[in-house]
Amino acid sequence: MDLEKKFSHIKGWGVDADPDNEPTYPMKKYTGDDHQRLNWDRPVQQTLTAEVLHSNERPEVSAVFGTTCPPSGWSGKIRRYAFKHSESSYLHWLPLLLADRVNVVEGIADDLRKGHIPNIFAEKGWKAEWKYNRTGLIKKVTVAALVTTAAVLITKKLTAKKR
Amino acid sequence: MLAMNYRGPFRVRAEQKPEPEIEHPEDAIVRVLRSCICGSDLHLYHGLVPDTRVGSTFGHEFIGIVEAVGPGVQKLKVGDKVLVPFNIACGKCAFCKQELYGNCHESNPEATAVGGIFGYSHTAGGFDGGQAEYVRVPYADVGPLVIPEDMHPDDAVLLTDVVPTGYQAAEMGGIKKGDTVVVFGAGPVGIMAAKCAWLFGAGRVIVIDHIEYRLDFVRNYAQCEAYNFRSMTDPVVFLKKITDWFGADVCIDAVGSDAAGNAMQTITGRKMMLQAGSATALHWAINSVKKGGIVSIVGVYGPTDNLVPIGNVVNKGITIRANQASVKRLLPRLIEHVRSGYIDPKAIVSHRIPLEEVADAYHIFSAKLDNCIKPILIPPSARQ
Ligand SMILES: NC(=O)c1ccc[n+]([C@@H]2O[C@H](COP(=O)([O-])OP(=O)(O)OC[C@H]3O[C@@H](n4cnc5c(N)ncnc54)[C@H](O)[C@@H]3O)[C@@H](O)[C@H]2O)c1
Ligand SMILES: [Zn+2]
Ligand SMILES: [Zn+2]
Repeated sequence: MDLEKKFSHIKGWGVDADPDNEPTYPMKKYTGDDHQRLNWDRPVQQTLTAEVLHSNERPEVSAVFGTTCPPSGWSGKIRRYAFKHSESSYLHWLPLLLADRVNVVEGIADDLRKGHIPNIFAEKGWKAEWKYNRTGLIKKVTVAALVTTAAVLITKKLTAKKR
Repeated sequence: MLAMNYRGPFRVRAEQKPEPEIEHPEDAIVRVLRSCICGSDLHLYHGLVPDTRVGSTFGHEFIGIVEAVGPGVQKLKVGDKVLVPFNIACGKCAFCKQELYGNCHESNPEATAVGGIFGYSHTAGGFDGGQAEYVRVPYADVGPLVIPEDMHPDDAVLLTDVVPTGYQAAEMGGIKKGDTVVVFGAGPVGIMAAKCAWLFGAGRVIVIDHIEYRLDFVRNYAQCEAYNFRSMTDPVVFLKKITDWFGADVCIDAVGSDAAGNAMQTITGRKMMLQAGSATALHWAINSVKKGGIVSIVGVYGPTDNLVPIGNVVNKGITIRANQASVKRLLPRLIEHVRSGYIDPKAIVSHRIPLEEVADAYHIFSAKLDNCIKPILIPPSARQ
C-alpha cells in the first residue's frame, strides 16, 4: 500500500491497524471512500422549485430536498438570518426556535384569514383527555378557573385602592 | 388528500392538502396504508426541534402501495406494496456506501449533522411525512423494500424504525455473552432494545422507566427485569447495588430529550430550552455503567448542547456509541428474526386510530393515556 511506503520512516506504523477495531464496527462497513471526500458519483440534482435554505457547512444543496413550507413572512426572515450561521452556532438554532414560535402566530392569522377559527382544544386532543383522563382534565380546568378568578379579584382590589 | 398538519407545540390536526408530486427522477409516490406515531415525533410535537414549520406533515414510519414512479426509478414498480425506512438515503455518497444510511449526505440541505428523514422538520430536510394519504419517497430504488408476502403489515410498519432502532441500540452496546445490560426507557424503542439485547447474548437485562403499565409490558414482552425510578431515591445507586456495586456492562439510552426524573434537567431542558432537551437518562447511563463500559445512545437530542457528566466519561474510560438507526442495513437480518419468531413486533401495537383523529392520537401517546404503547394511524383511503 502507498501509505505504508509513505510512512516507512515511522517505525511500526500501522502494525496494529485492524479493520475490525474501527470504533464504529460493525455499524460501518469501512470502504476507504472517506478519503475521496465529496467526490462520489452524485445523484441527479433535483430542480429548485421553492426557496430552500442550506447549511453553510456544505457548498450547495443536497441532490434531493423537501420543498414543503418554504420560508415566508416574518418567520421566514428570521430563518434566512439563522442560516447565515453554522450548525455550530447558537445564532443558527436560537433564531430558528424563535422563528418557529412566530410561525405559530402566523399560522393562526392564516387560519383566520381563510375564515377558519382554529379549534385549539380539539387540536390539543382534549377529546381524548376527557375520555381517558377526566379527573386530570377537571383538575386542570378548576385550577385555571381559580387562578383566573384570583387574578381578577386582585386586579379589581388594586384598581379600587388606587381610586 | 387528508394529512396530519402541525400548528404549533401540542397542536396538530388532520386537514386537506395537495397531493405530493414527483420532484426528482428517482422519486416515487406512495399511497399510505398505515403509519405510526414515534417517540421522535413527540420531540417535534413538544416544540423541541428547531425549524419545525407550521403546516408540516410528520410521520417517518409507514407502509403503502407505490402509486407512481419517476423516470429514473428502475426496480420499484407501480402497485408494489412497500415498507419505507425512515432514513432518506441516496446509496451513492461515501456514508451510504459504508452502510451509514442514517447519515446520507445527499438528502438534507438544511443540516450536515443529520441525514434526511421523512416528516421530521426542516432540520432533517423539510420533507413531508407519512401521516397522510400519500407521500413523496425520494431515492425510491434505495430505501423502499417490497414487503414479503408472508409478513403481517404491522410487523412491516414496525420494521421501518422501531425494530431496527432497538436492535441497533443493542448492537452498538457491543454486548458480550453474559453482560448485564440496562435499558433506560420502556417506550417502543426501549422495549425492542431489551428484547434484542438477548439476541446478542446478554446475561441480564434491566429496564428503567416510571410508567407502571409500560414496565409491566416490557417485563412480560422482553422477559426482563423492570424497575420504576420513582420508587428509588437514586437510580444510579440502585443500579450499582443490584450489579454487585460494579455498574452495568452496557447502558442504553432509549429515552432522549423528553426525559423526566430530574427537576433541574426538566426545567432547563424542556421548559426553558436552555439545553437541547433534558439529558437525565443519558446522565444516569454514564454514571451507572461500569468503568470501561459502553453507553449506547439512540434517544434523540436537539442540535444544541446538553448537560452531561463528560468528566466521568473520561475518568471511567467509557465508550459512547450512538447513531440514527441504519434501517436498510439491518432489514435482511431482522426479517429473518421476525420469521424465526425471535421478535414479534406487532405485539407492541396498542392503538389503531383513524387519521382524522390525529390530534387525539398524539395526545394519548404523549400523555401516556389508555395504556398506550404504540399507536398506528390509518388514513381513510386505506379503510375502504
Ligand atoms: N436513533 C434512532 O434512530 C431513533 C429511532 C426512533 C426513535 N428514537 C428515539 O428513541 C427515544 C424513545 O422512543 P420511543 O418511541 O420509545 O418513545 P416514548 O416516548 O414512547 O418512550 C420513552 C420512554 O422513556 C421514559 N422515560 C422518561 N424519562 C426517563 C428516564 N429519565 N429514565 C428512564 N425512562 C424514562 C418515558 O416514560 C417513556 O416510556 C426517543 O428519543 C426517540 O426520538 C431514535
Ligand atoms: Zn421513529
Ligand atoms: Zn447517501
